[in-house]
Amino acid sequence: MRIFFIICLYLITYSINAQVKLLTLDDLDKRIAQGKDTTYVINFWATWCSPCVAELPDFETFHLANLKKPVKVLLVSLDFKSKLQKEVIPFVQNNNIKAEVFLLNEPDQQQYIERIDKKWSGAIPATLFVNKKVRRFYEKEFTEMELKNTLLNLK
Amino acid sequence: MKNLFLIGFMLVSSFGFAQNEGYKVGDVVKDFTLKNVDLKTVSLADYKDARGYIIVFTCNTCPVAKVYQERVSALNASYASKGYPVVAINPNDAGAVSDESFEKMQALAKEKNFSFPYLLDPNHLVTKQFGALKTPHVFVLSKTDKGNVVEYIGAIDNDSEGENPAKVNYVQNAINELSVGKKPTISATKAVGCSIKWKKG
Repeated sequence: MRIFFIICLYLITYSINAQVKLLTLDDLDKRIAQGKDTTYVINFWATWCSPCVAELPDFETFHLANLKKPVKVLLVSLDFKSKLQKEVIPFVQNNNIKAEVFLLNEPDQQQYIERIDKKWSGAIPATLFVNKKVRRFYEKEFTEMELKNTLLNLK
Repeated sequence: MKNLFLIGFMLVSSFGFAQNEGYKVGDVVKDFTLKNVDLKTVSLADYKDARGYIIVFTCNTCPVAKVYQERVSALNASYASKGYPVVAINPNDAGAVSDESFEKMQALAKEKNFSFPYLLDPNHLVTKQFGALKTPHVFVLSKTDKGNVVEYIGAIDNDSEGENPAKVNYVQNAINELSVGKKPTISATKAVGCSIKWKKG
């Protein structure tokens, strides 16, 4: 009986967690390396960052417009890990976000900010366009039109 | 041709965003006069006995800045008496985010019992002069014959969540080194913060 409960609990937590996975930069690099011709549009955001929250609908529209193309939108939250269950997952559910959402699982900002881009000050929103050949980082806000144009001119 | 133009434009604009036009380590800081929450004005020159300053760009609303409020107070408690007072500046525009208003700054300073000035920077003049890009963003200065020189730019520590086992207190270390006549071993760091809420239009 007790084991049954534990299994149930595990399944429940697992299904909730499945919506927002923890992501290390090694995971991210692996994903990009395995992406073949896919271009990843990786947005760094947080539930507490108002300009980030304001531009998320544009990323959603961009994601939905590119479903059949080799383009993947990854929304990487920089929220505190302690806020995953209470803030991030409810936010993703309430806003019905369809793009893939992650929470960055890196302890040291000093290392990960530099690793994502040497020029990044650490302010968000920030977005990385990356495929096997090109890597472009922008510390700025995007509209859907700007996302489209940046992708078109990524060479 | 059109594409080439677009690419060129994007390169220029991304460069513009990434380029920090403010102070770098080693630069001499121009003094400023800003209004404090107690309605009096504050300038660096007011601190006759200071050996340096801990300039903290912080604000009312940013969750990262909030997490660091107590640590900023602790810095002032530890280092003001040693000649390195905290001077906090709010870089945000109340027109962009109403909770960044001067009245809300006064309320916060009172509620949290700030023992240091918390200054309003209308039109972001001092913010741009320093090149602060986010909250919290710290500049440690030392007073020299040349003027107030930037010695450290960046984060307070590398542990915003309070759970990094390899915590390094960058600002404390920098001041400890400065106070014995050394240059900070680590003079620039980066951290995630809230972008500055610039005045619109």
